[in-house]
Amino acid sequence: MTPLGWLQLMIFLGLLLLLTKPMGLYLVRVLDAKGKTFLDPVLGPVERLIYRCAGVDPEREHNWKQYGWALALFSLIGLLFTYALLRLQAHLPLNPQQLDGLSPDLAFNTAVSFATNTNWQSYSGESTMSYFSQMVALTFHNFVSAAAGIAVAAVFVRGIARHTMETLGNFWVDLVRVTLYLLLPLCFVYALFLVSQGMIQNFRPYTPYRPVEAAAGVQPQMIAQGPMASQVAIKMLGTNGGGFVNANAAHPYENPTPLSNFVQMLSIFLIPSGLTYYFGRSVKHPRHGWTIWSAMAVLFLAGALLCCWAESAGNPRLAALGVDAAEGNMEGKEVRFGPFNSALFAAVTTDASCGAVNSMHDSFTPLGGLVPLLNIQFGEVIFGGVGAGLYGMLVFVIIAVFLAGLMIGRTPEYLGKKIEAYDIKLCVLFIMAAILSILGFSAWACVSSWGLAGRANDGPHGLSEILYAFTSGTGNNGSAFAGLSANTPLYNTTLGLAMLVGRFFMMLPILPLAGHLARKQIVPASGGSFPVAGFTFGAVLIATVVIVGALTFFPALALGPIVEHFIMTASQAVY
Amino acid sequence: MRNLVVEMRTALLMTALLCVVLCGIYPALVFAVAQGLFPEQANGSLVYRQGTIVGSALLGQAFTEAKYFHPRPSAAGAGYDATASGGSNLGPLSKKLIDTVRLRVEQYRAENGLNAAARVPADAVTASASGLDPHISVKNALLQAARVAKARNMSEAAMCEKIDECTEGRSLGLFGEPGVNVLRLNLSLDAGKTR
Repeated sequence: MTPLGWLQLMIFLGLLLLLTKPMGLYLVRVLDAKGKTFLDPVLGPVERLIYRCAGVDPEREHNWKQYGWALALFSLIGLLFTYALLRLQAHLPLNPQQLDGLSPDLAFNTAVSFATNTNWQSYSGESTMSYFSQMVALTFHNFVSAAAGIAVAAVFVRGIARHTMETLGNFWVDLVRVTLYLLLPLCFVYALFLVSQGMIQNFRPYTPYRPVEAAAGVQPQMIAQGPMASQVAIKMLGTNGGGFVNANAAHPYENPTPLSNFVQMLSIFLIPSGLTYYFGRSVKHPRHGWTIWSAMAVLFLAGALLCCWAESAGNPRLAALGVDAAEGNMEGKEVRFGPFNSALFAAVTTDASCGAVNSMHDSFTPLGGLVPLLNIQFGEVIFGGVGAGLYGMLVFVIIAVFLAGLMIGRTPEYLGKKIEAYDIKLCVLFIMAAILSILGFSAWACVSSWGLAGRANDGPHGLSEILYAFTSGTGNNGSAFAGLSANTPLYNTTLGLAMLVGRFFMMLPILPLAGHLARKQIVPASGGSFPVAGFTFGAVLIATVVIVGALTFFPALALGPIVEHFIMTASQAVY
Repeated sequence: MRNLVVEMRTALLMTALLCVVLCGIYPALVFAVAQGLFPEQANGSLVYRQGTIVGSALLGQAFTEAKYFHPRPSAAGAGYDATASGGSNLGPLSKKLIDTVRLRVEQYRAENGLNAAARVPADAVTASASGLDPHISVKNALLQAARVAKARNMSEAAMCEKIDECTEGRSLGLFGEPGVNVLRLNLSLDAGKTR
């Protein structure tokens, strides 16, 4: 890594650290139904109007079951809404390219993908989606799936913070407040910044142009257009990641400058990072929140540095052909980002459940490609998706406390609450859901003709492509080893199911867990309580994430990227 | 059960209301302000020559003649198709990748009069992520300078000056990597000739 690379990394982490507290404090106000924000004069009337029209009583709080039902019904309706719009695309407005409706399996896959905050894309945006589909069917979920994730995190935090209580907040209030006070204003400013950098925001038909070197008989060329900036702003802030165009954030319109690239990376981590402060503040133990932040930062740095090193070192097989190794691995990368900012982006987008890409992960070196894969398999708890990252990490926190309790032979207690068998069972369910989905579906695809047919690369890389797809789907990430031809009925359906498992089977244990925690009494801290701040706890937490979260995947990784690395360095084999 | 019906109604209404705000008012507002403040960027940073659109300053396009600087190989459609962005997605041990790069290395050396041991810049022989990369590395441009200068009867020094003019540096002098905008460079060469 160059000195400039180190400097960029330090500035990135430094800015993130600086923004964490202000973001967290703002989240405290937004997630408090009576909280005051500076936007109240403008948005307060809108908020009250929405409650009145939808018949919501903002004073009435839900218990965990009511909260879950509201969330489930809202997600279901959103899913059907998007499915219908995509199927009917040809008959809807704002479709200057006269694109057809989507096939049933692709519409199912896409609707699930956006409703679950995954944004896996079996299609390419510019040749499949009308402006209306992008702006309504997809952007809608970019906002509300992010808001729902934050809402569930808030419920979990309230469950830990409250005691001897049944209720955990009102889903509709959380949804509306997060959307209106947090996401909308940030996105508006952010979208304008992106346009200033060169991102498009128009409704024109695709622009025909005459290339400078127009050889006679060449077809007239076209440039895809569309209302991109408004969608990309929420795609990054809401850790959605679904590209407006196929090349996602690698496309010069979707990520025009290195500055837009830097801000995009920062915006992925902004809300998840702020949520750790919100959590520490809400449970009146800010140092606990900062310890979690630090554990995340350490895991982030480890992955980012490995990936940056591997991509900067380049591909020795190409160097042997006379390619200058100084530029690093440039296959599937853009000159303006280079290997460093491509690798950093890859680490950020997979630590969080964003999934936007500014380079093609499929063409990464074996170890460079291992990092994004492993990051998702950690459970996306390294800052993680908006909301999902925090509640995922808190599950690991509870398991860490439980393991530490077992080691010293005491009933584990966490922030004054006794951790009981019921709580641990739910935590284990949460973790098992992801493992079973990733490994189960991958194994199925690896022994089926439909699964094997999708590979673009042979050898261990083909296994990595399949494993990455189900890891990304289950992790609700959405990035891909994009060579995989996943737009087939069976891939679309299985990936759709994996995404549903990864979202709702993992939210499912969170809500009763929050409900159970909220009902408990507070036991005063004693000398035997395990301190949940400081170096020791941070180390225990990191070890728990690595051992409980990721070790399960080691055998599969050994057959994919790890063996590929040794084939690359120690043999001449090609596939 | 009655509660469930009530919640269903709330969910439907909430979907409709949020849809109006998030999918109607918000993008329209961004559209209006962006078109007001940054109309050029919002419409695609299009480049005109004698009244016709010849591309976008942000998007690469194909050049093959000796008198033009050549962009990177592209996997977008049949090459630089701005309605089919994307990379090759070939893995590091892909036979197809290695065979293709071997050919490109030979071709690059032949075109630019390099000897058989010369190291070729990585960006010159690998496909970009978007297939529309507008840039090439400075090293790559300098290695092509002699060929283009000869085809245009220009001095190499003047060519290097042009390259320097069309190099887009790091953002704020810090972020990302510098690159030479190929379309801008070739257009400025053409403009210099007609003058």
